[in-house]
Amino acid sequence: MTPNIVEIDNLSFGYKGRVLHKGINMVFPRGKVVAIMGGSGSGKTTLLRLIGGQIRPSKGEVRVDGDVVHKQDRDGIYKLRRKMGMLFQHGALFTDLSVFDNVAFPMRELTDLPESMIRDLVLMKLNAVGLRGAHALMPTELSGGMARRVALARAIALDPNIIMYDEPFAGLDPITMGVICDLIRTLNDALGTTSIIVSHDVKETFMIADYVYFVANGEVVAEGTPDDLMQSTLPFVHQFVHGEKDGPVPFHYAAKNYQSELLGRVSVK
Amino acid sequence: MIKSTLHISIIRTLRGIGSRMIERTWRLGAGARLFFLTLVYSGESFRRFNLTLREVYSTGVMSLLIIIVSAFFVGMVLALQGYNTLQKYGSSEAIGVLVALSLVRELGPVVTALLFAGRAGTAITAEIGLMKTTEQLSAMEMMAVNPIARVIAPRFWAGVISMPILASLFSMVGILGGYLVAVPLIGVDDGAFWSQMQANVDFRLDIVNGVIKSIVFGVACTMIALFEGYDAPPTAEGVSRATTRTVVISSLTVLALDFILTSFMLEV
Repeated sequence: MTPNIVEIDNLSFGYKGRVLHKGINMVFPRGKVVAIMGGSGSGKTTLLRLIGGQIRPSKGEVRVDGDVVHKQDRDGIYKLRRKMGMLFQHGALFTDLSVFDNVAFPMRELTDLPESMIRDLVLMKLNAVGLRGAHALMPTELSGGMARRVALARAIALDPNIIMYDEPFAGLDPITMGVICDLIRTLNDALGTTSIIVSHDVKETFMIADYVYFVANGEVVAEGTPDDLMQSTLPFVHQFVHGEKDGPVPFHYAAKNYQSELLGRVSVK
Repeated sequence: MIKSTLHISIIRTLRGIGSRMIERTWRLGAGARLFFLTLVYSGESFRRFNLTLREVYSTGVMSLLIIIVSAFFVGMVLALQGYNTLQKYGSSEAIGVLVALSLVRELGPVVTALLFAGRAGTAITAEIGLMKTTEQLSAMEMMAVNPIARVIAPRFWAGVISMPILASLFSMVGILGGYLVAVPLIGVDDGAFWSQMQANVDFRLDIVNGVIKSIVFGVACTMIALFEGYDAPPTAEGVSRATTRTVVISSLTVLALDFILTSFMLEV
């Protein structure tokens, strides 16, 4: 058994002539909560998709439990995905199924468990996220935070070795954010899984992560424990962690000369 | 200067045509690939037939009302128009044959397919497009569940099963509508209406060919609706455009296929 459940080695990825990642190296040790942070559009979610085998790298490789993801055929990738659970940004619950059926979905599709056992397991998973009482509701009847918790129950339905969280705190109120934060850490420790969190919420992520990677301009620009990064003097990390408006990441998107554009000498097309 | 502007404009037009051709060819290939994969991963639709049956309900049963009401009016109009022409030649008793043949051979399969594209086809495209937009298909993929086997194939077979049943119902209700106008309203002889129909409608040449047409239309309409949803850009505008394309492409495909099938069936 390798000490790191996921290893990203010299990975490059781009599409439509745009380079998103340039030779990224990361490791995700078993049982740890590791965060990938960076600004919007820095390719954090794409890294999760590369780990899940939904897209192929242009160079380098991603290894999950020792297997190179992009070298697997469809069955091989599906076999690897059975070791993973993923929480999507907006939950991605199946809107035609109830809360109960959403959590039961992977069990019914991927196992031969009897319905009575599925019932017990679903109620246990929903109890773990505090929503056993909401099992009969439909996704449209849930708040954003509840939907995220149901999606989390579904992600842990088959006790995966890795749980990937795509922006788990985005758009949540402070109380729900605290609940999700606590759930991620508790479930990680209780189930002995490895959690990979993609986020740009510094406070919440630093509270639960064991190790953090900062991604910018297609590269890992900083890494370390949350305490190390809080003390970091690197300009990008400092700007990001303290939420400064201007710095290495400019306030203005690249544009033509302001004066010339206002005076109409440059076409606004 | 004028020459160079003209030159640039011609190049732009040619480039536009070329780019559109490449895009259309790519979409045709992607559609064919999805059709092939749907057939390959169809096993589950039959092993877990309840998945397909559920879709038969939402595509077929939910389309029943519009099919029955339309068929009734189409049959009544056919009888009125047919009687108006036939009486000039003194053969108004042939009204039953005219109504039955028009419905069974052409109007049943074609109008049902057009209504199906508008009612069920758009619903399928919007549903699949929204599943894609809200990452439900990605979530399924990440759970190691194949969305083509679990979502696409059951809907495809539901459409293929529903279409001939709906077309047959359309023809039956249309004939009933034609009967109500021709016999009680206009006063055509009851016995002549049914006996002429019985004598002149051939089971293999008319009814079976009509069913074959509706099966082909079922494959085309459902596959177009599924592909448009599956290929829709994951935005509100993308889903809306895909839904419109479903109706336009399905309608044109049905009419073109009808011409091709009819010419083969009549051995022209």
